[in-house]
Amino acid sequence: MSTQVPETESEPEQEQELEQSSKPEHQQRRLAEKRERQAEREAEAKADAAADEETIHLKVFRYDPEVEGKKEPRFDDFHVPFKQGMTVLDALMQARDLFDSSLTFRHSCRQAICGSDAMFVNGRQRLCCKTQISELSEPVRVEPLPHQEVVKDLVVDMEHFYDQMEAVEPYFQTNDLPEGEEQRQTRENREKVKMSTRCIWCGACMSSCNIAAGDNEYLGPAALNKAYRFAMDEREGEDMKQHRLQIIEQEHGVWRCQTQFSCTNVCPKDIPLTEHIQELKREAVKNNLKFW
Amino acid sequence: MHEHDVIVVGAGGAGLRAAVAAHEEGADVAMVTKLHPVRSHTGAAEGGINAALREGDSWESHAYDTMKGSDFLGDAPAIETLCKTSPDEVIQLEHWGMPFSREEDGRVSQRPFGGLSFPRTTYAGAETGHHLLHTMYEQVVKRGITVYDEWYVSRLAVTDHENPEDRTCHGVVAIDIQTGRVEGFKARQGVIIATGGPGQAFDHTTNAVSCTGDGPAMAYRAGVPLEDMEFIQFHPTTLPSTGVLISEGVRGEGGILYNANGERLMFEYGYANNAGELASRDVVSRAELTEVNEGRGIEDEYVHLDMRHLGEERIIDRLENILHLAEDFEGVDGLTQPMPVKPGQHYAMGGIETDENGQTCISGLYAAGECACVSVHGANRLGGNALPELIVYGARAGRHAAGTDLGEPQIQTGYSAKSEDGHIDSPVPLGAVDAPEGDVAADGAAVDVDTVLSKAVEAENTRIERLMTKDEGVQHAEIRHKLQKAMTRNVNVFRTEDGLKQALRDIREAREAYEDVYVADPSRTFNTDLIHTIETQNLIDIAETITAGALARTEFRGAHWRAEHQVRKDEEWIKHTLMAWNDGKPELYYKPVILEGEEKTYEPKERSY
Ligand SMILES: Cc1cc2nc3c(=O)[nH]c(=O)nc-3n(C[C@H](O)[C@H](O)[C@H](O)COP(=O)(O)OP(=O)(O)OC[C@H]3O[C@@H](n4cnc5c(N)ncnc54)[C@H](O)[C@@H]3O)c2cc1C
Ligand code: SF4
Ligand code: FES
Repeated sequence: MSTQVPETESEPEQEQELEQSSKPEHQQRRLAEKRERQAEREAEAKADAAADEETIHLKVFRYDPEVEGKKEPRFDDFHVPFKQGMTVLDALMQARDLFDSSLTFRHSCRQAICGSDAMFVNGRQRLCCKTQISELSEPVRVEPLPHQEVVKDLVVDMEHFYDQMEAVEPYFQTNDLPEGEEQRQTRENREKVKMSTRCIWCGACMSSCNIAAGDNEYLGPAALNKAYRFAMDEREGEDMKQHRLQIIEQEHGVWRCQTQFSCTNVCPKDIPLTEHIQELKREAVKNNLKFW
Repeated sequence: MHEHDVIVVGAGGAGLRAAVAAHEEGADVAMVTKLHPVRSHTGAAEGGINAALREGDSWESHAYDTMKGSDFLGDAPAIETLCKTSPDEVIQLEHWGMPFSREEDGRVSQRPFGGLSFPRTTYAGAETGHHLLHTMYEQVVKRGITVYDEWYVSRLAVTDHENPEDRTCHGVVAIDIQTGRVEGFKARQGVIIATGGPGQAFDHTTNAVSCTGDGPAMAYRAGVPLEDMEFIQFHPTTLPSTGVLISEGVRGEGGILYNANGERLMFEYGYANNAGELASRDVVSRAELTEVNEGRGIEDEYVHLDMRHLGEERIIDRLENILHLAEDFEGVDGLTQPMPVKPGQHYAMGGIETDENGQTCISGLYAAGECACVSVHGANRLGGNALPELIVYGARAGRHAAGTDLGEPQIQTGYSAKSEDGHIDSPVPLGAVDAPEGDVAADGAAVDVDTVLSKAVEAENTRIERLMTKDEGVQHAEIRHKLQKAMTRNVNVFRTEDGLKQALRDIREAREAYEDVYVADPSRTFNTDLIHTIETQNLIDIAETITAGALARTEFRGAHWRAEHQVRKDEEWIKHTLMAWNDGKPELYYKPVILEGEEKTYEPKERSY
């Protein structure tokens, strides 16, 4: 276990005071219960460890700009009981719930759809909830997404990513709507855009991209994929497509992509990002737009 | 202090739709949400969204199915409004670009779903919610609506009149998760709560970690009754190890349930001789657990859901996401193996009592989505009926809060002449442990807007200060785990009187332990320890309303099964449970169900599938 709170000298005293004082009855009872609970928890942890024997070794990046002793980034070691089918997210939650409640990371759905727990695990961008511990070699090293500013522990600042996503006019735009019924879309066209609509905004691709790391204004793979999603949707019509191609053709748009495939390799939703970017480039050329 | 016309708390499907609607009516809208909007749990919805779109179908038929599904505990005006409006709302989504699955002729696809007499579930693969959420968020971006993301709303700013019906909500208090700052948000016209489900009260749930019932708990402590909380839906097909959902779409497309003997259990044991796997969820959940209890479960825990016979092409076309889920979370290849499934907590039919305009008994306070109960789902929700509720009632709440006249509601809220007092036979005291501590200011003076807000901010600062400066005690995770276990053990699919009483004792224990809770992380920056500690208190309050309501309802209706009461008692129990927080104690009362629709009255009948 590792805590960051500096031990103060007065702490043991305080504890004693609490124990001895003539607190109201219910508080006395609570204290007694608390000790009981503590004992119970320790017994449980022991039993768990005995039953599972196996533990996994996590090395977790820690940093908190506010807390003495955590201002200097470092790695903490956690040994958590292993269970069959355990994911990296499960292991992090165990580490937090059993050993150090200040361990901070984003997570929510546990099923690879909210996109909040993309991290750098054993040297690769991954969704923690989708990554089985059994697939990894130990110690499992968990770090925040590279190339993004760390807010605390495993939490990075996503603002820049969101800004890029929103820079491509990521919303459907058409004026030509049938009254009282849906627009038609061919199955082929839906198939064509299907993969691009699966993006969960996890930011893994952006974090893996060398070009994005060097050029802060580069729209990046996720935003370009978002542009693809609309540009290729036949329901928007030709004029809108031209407008969209212009957006992605700007100086920090598609032409920055050097086809390194790192985004495609890490995308947890298997979106063929590089291919989509290439296709946008081809469309732009076909349309004789100016390029940089 | 921030100030807007309408403040929407939560940015899932309901919140986003409410924000767009209020914005379209010209209001200055802001959304305050603890997660970035695209992280909301609506994104996890898989199967689809019901709407009577096609020839041969009608809103009346959708309404009848819904009323029957609800086991005649839904309110007709709410159900009829839902079914009449959802076709327009679904088309609206399509017009906003939602990538629905398509038929050969280019129209949106529909499929059969449990408890529906027509295949009226429109869908986008097996990731309908993801597409709905993103499409809605795109509309919010398009309109430039202000979003405060990663702000945790922890308290409502409500005047402290004696009667909740006299109170007004003027805004909310929220914590900026990034910095730990506590700030007031003033709402000139209304606050809409859209915080989603409370699934984290249970330990085997399809719900996200963020589904902690914050909205209902805050509204409850501010004086709004919670309605029909005992009705919790358990979904029959969740993965045993994680609770991850395998969509009803699998059974809709023809998936089959087998027990350990390889028997098609729904027919073999007569659980649903007509609808089989497509009986409503409560029926299928009980069937599976009965198989397990009678020794025909696999590994004494689950049954098999088989979709292999559907063929690779159809599976990939319509259920591809299911293959990924089964593979990633259970290590099973759905194309070549049956998937293990068991029931898991899935949905709360009950929630914040509202009328058809989304309004609660506190003026200026609205609710929509899973956290609300306008009562379309009654005792059991049909699959594919939650998403239309989000958009239909989200939009109505947004419009009404922005000042549009939606007419007089037929559903009454708050304590009224029609209310009938109830009694909870609890073995332990319910409610606050020590002095009554509510969210409403207690000195009879707070009525002026700014005072109400500043008092609420002050109260929140005091609470946080207390949690943060205490440096010894119990941690939230311990309390939460025990509470979740207690609920799953005794407030599950099968319920007994003794079990429910035991659960109330366990909840009491959680409450007492919570008196001693502390936050170990001393940092103000992104302090999830603090946030989870506050959420845990909400879970305790919600768990108590679920359990107490279940104990009081001595009949068998919809998802609520009671060992000692194996019949539906229409004479006595066609009424809604209301639980209201009064001076730190929950009070129970009832109000009649409205079975009179616009043109006809729905006659309660024994349900058979
Ligand atoms: C796995 C799964 C599959 C489902 N499939 C279907 C389906 O196929 N069809 C169907 O009709 N229904 C389905 N449902 C049900 C339906 O998806 C949900 O009921 C619905 O999405 C809930 O939406 P919501 O907008 O009410 O809440 P959510 O989408 O959960 O959003 C809640 C929002 O509130 C915010 N929030 C919560 N607390 C706070 C706070 N204290 N302060 C600030 N913000 C807060 C969150 O950040 C979030 O933005 C499914 C549910 C699950 C769990
Ligand atoms: S494209 Fe893939 S990696 Fe990039 S944000 Fe979307 S889901 Fe994540
Ligand atoms: S927790 Fe939602 S994507 Fe992993």
